[in-house]
Formats: sequence, C-alpha cells, structure tokens
Amino acid sequence: MKLLTHNMMRSHCKGVVNGFPLKLSSTQVDVKEIEFNPDFINRMLSRLEWPAFVQIANELGVGEGLPEMLPVEQKFEDEDVLKKIHHVLLEVEVVEGELECPETGRKFPISGGIPDMRLNEDE
Amino acid sequence: GSSGINAEYGLVCSTQFTAKKKKSFGDVQDKAVLDLGAGCGILSIGSVLLGAGSVTSVELDSDAIQDLQNNIKEFEIDNIDIIEGDVNSAVLRPNFKFDTVLMNPPFGTKKNEGIDMKFLEAALSAITSSGAVYSFHKTSTRDFILNKFQSRGLSVEVIAEMKFKIPNMYKHHKKKEVLVNVDFIRISGKSAAKGS
Repeated sequence: MKLLTHNMMRSHCKGVVNGFPLKLSSTQVDVKEIEFNPDFINRMLSRLEWPAFVQIANELGVGEGLPEMLPVEQKFEDEDVLKKIHHVLLEVEVVEGELECPETGRKFPISGGIPDMRLNEDE
Repeated sequence: GSSGINAEYGLVCSTQFTAKKKKSFGDVQDKAVLDLGAGCGILSIGSVLLGAGSVTSVELDSDAIQDLQNNIKEFEIDNIDIIEGDVNSAVLRPNFKFDTVLMNPPFGTKKNEGIDMKFLEAALSAITSSGAVYSFHKTSTRDFILNKFQSRGLSVEVIAEMKFKIPNMYKHHKKKEVLVNVDFIRISGKSAAKGS
C-alpha cells in the first residue's frame, strides 16, 4: 500500500461521518523505485489531504524534508522537493500492517501490500 | 465483463488506445488511473505500459487478486496499487478524484441486475470534471446507457464494438460459451453535466 493509496481511502463502516484518515500500524515497510514524474506529482498535490499525508509520513519515519504546508498555487518548482514528495507518495510501501477506522476502531489488515477493506453485510 | 475474459480483449483495448492517440492516449499517460473490478489486471497493466502516473486497482475476488499479483510479477510492473474491496462501497474518499477510470464491469444477471450501472455511477463520481470513464457494456444496453448519461449532459461515445466469449452459466444450454456483443464506451464531460 503506497501512501498515495492511504490518502485516497476512508473507512466506510456504518454510521461513520468522516472515516479519514485511517490509522496505520505497520510491521513491514519496503521501498520500491518508481520512475519520477514531476508533472504528475505537481498535479496530484491539490487532490491530496496534505496534513494527513505529512502525518502518516512522519509516523513511518519518512517525513523528513516534506513541506509542512502546500503553497497557495499548490505546485512546487523545486525538483528536490518534488522528488522527496514522489518518494514518500509512491515509493514507500506498507507491505504488512493494519489500518484502523478512526471512529469505530474496526481494523482492516494489510497483507502482501494489499489493504483488505471488505466489510461484512451488517457493518 | 466476465470471468471468461482472456488476453485477446486486452490486446484490442491497447489497439483502441493507440488508435485513438489524441484522445485516449492522453487519458492514460501521466494520469491517475482507477481500475474498478480489476480482475486479473489487463486494464491496469495496460495502463502502466501506456505510461500512467499511477494505477489503483480495486478488486473484490481474492482469486482474481492472486492472478493480478502474478501478472504484475510476470510483466515486471511497477506502480500498481491494489485495494481489496467492493467497488460499490465507498472506500474512496469523495474528494479524491482520478483523471481516468478504466473498467470491465460485470454485465449483470437476474440476481445482480443493474450492477453494470452501479459501476458506471461509481466510476463517474470518482473522476475529475475533465476526466473520463472507459468501460465495456453489452451492446444491448447501448441505448439505455446513451439515454441515461446524455440526458445528464455527459458525452458518451461508443469507441469500439467487440465480441466477448462468455462461459455459459446455465446447465440446460447446449453451448459451453456464448459470444456477446460488447461496446467499449467513453464517458466524459462532467464539467458540462448537470448535478455532477
């Protein structure tokens, strides 16, 4: 599970108001090299929940160098900053771990890099 | 789609994408792509090969996920992330939008009527106002789809007509497989549409 994916998911348990961000605990985190595409990164910035992204990066210990806030124009010219964001967004992968609904505490396992977001019918 | 889909339609897809370079290529390259009901991953893998910025694959069936992961390994693909989940159950937060949805949704059966439309609604809600949905639907549903979405101000194009081999579900039928006429469609124009 990339941190991009974490940023796009929320809990859909019954009765949940917001469900975002999902809490994360991880037992195995890998890094996989992905081709750097600065235009793509810049285009994604306005779609991210930036504070949640920075928070989860810090929790995983990979947040150093990430800007605390996005500039008004929601773009960076500086390629080093974009490379850093690219690394954290796309190259860090949670292989084994667990997501947790912030409102109900319901756990969603992550195994083989895949979060299992399935709910039972009554949930 | 169906569980009987083989790689041939994947080749046809990529042909369609390259043939429509100006439009379709522009919908995948460097874009955030979502594959709803990814199955064994033909559309997801095709998107990576066409230079997508990111590919997110949502799939419910664990056997299909196994196939998808095997294919990812075999094609040595990077940049696909898989979510095990139900397309229709709001796993994605509403404000996160993709550029493009590609999908081969279930065609619908008596028990599961309208599932193809549910996939289309989910897909349309997941894209930006300038985004596009590419999807496969039975040709027999073409008029229904055209009416339904054009009346909302969306643009619906039939890009290709194909035949899919579907394994026959009913024991009393003699043939093991049927050929079904299928449309490959593109829906866009959310920015012009009402209530999007």
